[in-house]
Amino acid sequence: MAEHASPSHDHALAHHEAGWVKTYLFSTDHKIICFQYMFTGIFMALIGSFFAYVFRMQTAFPGVDVPGYGLVSAAEYNGLITSHGTIMIFWVAMPVLVAAFGNYLIPLMIGADDMVFPKINRLSYQIFFLSTVVLLSSFFVEGGPFGGAWTAYPPLSAVGAYNNTPLGSSLWVVAVALEFVAFLLGGINFITTSMNSRAPGMKLYDIPIVVWFIVIASILFMLSVGPLIAGAVMLFMDQNIGTGFFDPARGGDPVLWQHLFWFFGHPEVYVVLLPAIGITAEIITVFSRKKLFGYKTVLNTVIATGVLSFTVWAHHQFIAGIDPRMAHIFTITTLLISVPIAEMMFVFIATLYGGSITLSTPMLWALAFIGEFLIGGVTGIFLGASGADIYFHDTYFVLAHFHYTFFPIAIIGTFAGVTMWFPKMFGKMMNETLGKWHFWLTIIPFNCIFIPLFVLGAAGEHRRIYDYQNFPELSGEWFFSMRQFATVSLIVMLLAQVIFFANVFLSLRSGKKAGKNPFKSNTLEWQAESPPPHGNFAELPTVYRPPYEYSVPGRADDYWPQNAPS
Amino acid sequence: MRPIATTRSAAGIPTGLLAVWWVLASEVVIFGGLLGSYIMYRLAHDAWAVQAANTNMWIGAFNTFVLLTSSLTAVLAHQAAEHGDGKLAAKRLYYTCIGAATFIAVKAFEWTTEISHGMTISSNTFWSFYYTAAGLHALHVIAGAILMMYVAADAAKGRELHRVELIGIYWHFVDIVWIFLFPLLYIAK
Repeated sequence: MAEHASPSHDHALAHHEAGWVKTYLFSTDHKIICFQYMFTGIFMALIGSFFAYVFRMQTAFPGVDVPGYGLVSAAEYNGLITSHGTIMIFWVAMPVLVAAFGNYLIPLMIGADDMVFPKINRLSYQIFFLSTVVLLSSFFVEGGPFGGAWTAYPPLSAVGAYNNTPLGSSLWVVAVALEFVAFLLGGINFITTSMNSRAPGMKLYDIPIVVWFIVIASILFMLSVGPLIAGAVMLFMDQNIGTGFFDPARGGDPVLWQHLFWFFGHPEVYVVLLPAIGITAEIITVFSRKKLFGYKTVLNTVIATGVLSFTVWAHHQFIAGIDPRMAHIFTITTLLISVPIAEMMFVFIATLYGGSITLSTPMLWALAFIGEFLIGGVTGIFLGASGADIYFHDTYFVLAHFHYTFFPIAIIGTFAGVTMWFPKMFGKMMNETLGKWHFWLTIIPFNCIFIPLFVLGAAGEHRRIYDYQNFPELSGEWFFSMRQFATVSLIVMLLAQVIFFANVFLSLRSGKKAGKNPFKSNTLEWQAESPPPHGNFAELPTVYRPPYEYSVPGRADDYWPQNAPS
Repeated sequence: MRPIATTRSAAGIPTGLLAVWWVLASEVVIFGGLLGSYIMYRLAHDAWAVQAANTNMWIGAFNTFVLLTSSLTAVLAHQAAEHGDGKLAAKRLYYTCIGAATFIAVKAFEWTTEISHGMTISSNTFWSFYYTAAGLHALHVIAGAILMMYVAADAAKGRELHRVELIGIYWHFVDIVWIFLFPLLYIAK
């Protein structure tokens, strides 16, 4: 015993001597890089939510002196909504779901000691951090941050004289482009690691489904972001050198940007969706003690979804003057893509069916993901059909629809993942009572925010309006009471997040020790210490079976770790 | 200290090689987006032919020749590395770098002439594409040459010989992009 203890003690000492800065800021350890991405993402989420609070107050109570902010000018309103969208998608959903969970789960779940390129992994975060600084700096320059919506349509985004934020819009483009480079580097690492560094014995169909999904998401990102990187370079030159790629006054075509943006923008939805669905799948199998229904079918479905996701982008442009015959084609592909996603929902229900379900906090989040995302998906059918979209375009119906997709993805998916892997990450159990309070006080207000917005959108309320009092047909008493209901629900939901942070701090300080495998799970990360040390496994595991062998008949235990010799 | 993960090869392809191919996949879509946009515009603007007539096809052809030759020396470097001759591989990589330098020098001369004749990046959308696409390609040439000198310096000491192949693959990609750019920007008038 003593002989065993002393080398690990020395090891810990050596690490301590490496110093706080080297261990936590310049580490090449994939787990530390996960935390860097996650904490940056959560910090940005707080900023993005605060912006949402400010502009929702202005929308519901025009001209109000917003507590904690002050009066909102029209230009500030534009900056706030643009920054909210940009931050929540590019600086919250991407870093937390893809980068943080990808970094944490991939090496642990495939039984490796780190990523294949640890230094490139560190570089990826450093570039991401730089992009964050560039984006945040745009709040402090003359004219303020870019205010032309997160999609940055030219010519508004291309010409300083139109948007009044020449510097802010250039910083926006640079920040987004830097962020893409960071995720390209990270993605290459994810793909190569999963392809090459799996534990001995782990065949392709033994890989936990969440790892597959993150890898497919990385491939989708890599194959779709290129045109937008080229587009970002072109937009930057339009802004600063005087080229006219997107400005009709100088011989360009603004619709080209829309093509480049959405060729990336639509696969991007699946880039962030897939990790969230993968997390859900892992949680559902563990807490219903059942094998994932149709592993190979799910995998093939996701690959098909990925391929199809490259053919739907123009459904964002039905009223941008594209040929109606073209619009029909994109309507068909868009409606087609709902088939594999619907199939995935049925697969989850089939997995739950007949299982011994435990309604723990992560399971609640996972089930909520299925239910809420379903609403997002079903309302998408209306928008994917070009005829209906002509009416719904640019209304709050669209806004509510994509919040019903992105909120389950970015927020519910994140909370599901964090509550699931918190014991592994920090070695302590989270408090279930606080977790459940937090869950219900997030989910109920969330629906109270966006269901009224669906109704308002169907009633014709347009997006991106600073003050509805200037639109008599949209400023009746009913309209304002709906808006105010949504805004008050938002405030309740934001306040409820205090419970989450309290839970994290209390659990870290005095939570029950988690042990290696508190949820009796099969996948390899649960066979390492909690938290896993540098190098992850005391002895790198060998894999003997697929990841979802729960409740196998004839076995005493209802789980069967992948690395347990039979 | 490398993690054990780096030394594994579950897919049967060396990790470095796998990563290079994925890098190229992402580069293909970057150039693909740019050139796709150019082709769509070009088809819609017959008037660009007047502008395109001003590009110098012979300079372009000379640069094509230079770049292809530099790819040949990169292949020969790989052959030397396969035989374990690091010194010869390094020498051949340096030849490739000389090719890159020649390419950039010719390009600088060409652009200086064109700019002095008033054909600047903002004078017409054709020229915007011309300078953006060729400029992005030139950046890849410069970055590739710098990496290549780094690889060659290692190879000369007999270290990391497998990287000779990797930088060679990247160099062929740079070459192939130019094979697309040359007809699109110089020959199609």
